[in-house]
Amino acid sequence: MNIYLPIAEVSVNAFLLLGLGGMVGVLSGMFGVGGGFLMTPLLFFIGIPPAVAVATEANQIVASSFSGVLAHFRKKTVDFRMGAVLLVGGLIGAALGVQLFNLLKAAGQVDLLVRLCYVVFLGIIGSLMFIESLNAIRKTKAGAPPPKRRQRSWVHALPFKMRFRTSGLYISVIPPLIVGLLVGVLAAIMGVGGGFIMVPAMIYILGMPTKVVVGTSLFQIIFVTAFTTLLHATTNQTVDMMLAVLLLVGGVIGAQIGTQIGTRLKAEQLRILLALIVLAVCGKLALDLLVMPSELYSLGEAGH
Amino acid sequence: MIWLRALLLILALVLPVQAEEIVADMSQARVAITADFDGSEILIFGAIRREAPLPAGPMSVVITVEGPSAPVTVRKKDRVAGIWINTEAVDVDAAPSFYAIATSAPLRDAITETEDLRHHVSIPQAIRAVDAATGAENAEDFVDALIRIRASNDLYQLLEEEITVSADTLFDTSISLPSNLTEGTYRTRIFLTREGDVIDQFETAIDVRKVGLEKFIYNLAHDRPLIYGLFSLFIAIAAGWLASAFFRYIRGA
Repeated sequence: MNIYLPIAEVSVNAFLLLGLGGMVGVLSGMFGVGGGFLMTPLLFFIGIPPAVAVATEANQIVASSFSGVLAHFRKKTVDFRMGAVLLVGGLIGAALGVQLFNLLKAAGQVDLLVRLCYVVFLGIIGSLMFIESLNAIRKTKAGAPPPKRRQRSWVHALPFKMRFRTSGLYISVIPPLIVGLLVGVLAAIMGVGGGFIMVPAMIYILGMPTKVVVGTSLFQIIFVTAFTTLLHATTNQTVDMMLAVLLLVGGVIGAQIGTQIGTRLKAEQLRILLALIVLAVCGKLALDLLVMPSELYSLGEAGH
Repeated sequence: MIWLRALLLILALVLPVQAEEIVADMSQARVAITADFDGSEILIFGAIRREAPLPAGPMSVVITVEGPSAPVTVRKKDRVAGIWINTEAVDVDAAPSFYAIATSAPLRDAITETEDLRHHVSIPQAIRAVDAATGAENAEDFVDALIRIRASNDLYQLLEEEITVSADTLFDTSISLPSNLTEGTYRTRIFLTREGDVIDQFETAIDVRKVGLEKFIYNLAHDRPLIYGLFSLFIAIAAGWLASAFFRYIRGA
């Protein structure tokens, strides 16, 4: 059954969108990531204009993150204080990101920027996560105790310290603000929640305990993507409600199933799986940049 | 003799102006884009009315359907430092969002190049590329690329010899509008030619409009963007909460 999307102005199969939403939803529930880094390239692939894909995906992430965070509220695995600090950075970052997005759209380089961002970030994070979790698995197999997190690093030497009780941390607010800001910029440019960057950053840079990371990340992502959705809706009119509804119906159901699968897997296994998916997406996008495209020309709206 | 002379005189007076005239209609003058819109087929048919005997020379019919025009930027990728990025760009002043041309004979037999230039009938003529012509020296490649890309999406269609003409009088053809259609007034022109010269021209329009939910969403997004954005968020939050509550209920029961 084909359905005409009023903002994207293309007709696509409704079940394909539901299926994509569901598949990405399962992953988002399993790993506590929004799934935007998978969904946005998939939407490009099925012919949704990039500007509409990026804006609509932000709206869908609000739904899947909200659905996911409710479970974490009940388990009390959300650090609201840390979330609020990350959020302040995130909102500033999102505002900057939308500006940058519009600037590059006019220059015709937004596609390249989005792809490069994906390749670089997915590549770095995927490899780091893969190596780290491989080491962790090897150590647990050898019978050694799991490695302790570094208790003191450069993060602890910065001023403006704040106590984060849920995370059991006493650190400066500067690193979480910067992490929030960077993720906010990426959220706006790449149409992602930024969970795939936020989660590792919280574990490795901020040193937060793994059990509160996912809930806190989701909590913060809801607000940043909601803000991004509003910015895109008011400045570019590129949020497609019809597309969003189809994606999020699949997405929220998938997220619930994913959360169930996630609780049955070990943390290391979960991380190595996510690392492999991240690397696969990165590889595909890198290949597209390196291999000569079959059509060298592309069309864009005229705008200077 | 006097009668014959009189007749010839009348013919001579009437002939150059309106020897032959097109009378035409379409199966529908309105296309409604609904939620399940999946393209539309439009039947265009008509007849040639003659006040005089059949003139000499081969006759052809050319039909064009043209969507609303908008400026387009065509970009070309080049390999820079190993990766393919957009380097050159050419602005095309106005290109129709949709253009279909159907003919009853091969295009150049149906209409001469001079007449094509005058009436902007063929696909390259329908694109106004003033800027492109004065810009880069390979600008023609960019316009060709524009046509190629739109043609691959069925947005530009060249339907040579797709019009059936019967008894030198009746003609009909069907034009399929693809599902990725944009809103607007689609100008429809019918040309009658003899030996490639335009004898008569008939113009009408197809009105393509979003209706119902499609129209509501589109208008809300453009007229009340803030309310639209908030509404989108409300739907997202509600859906997220509902799914969570529903699954909890299933597991609880």
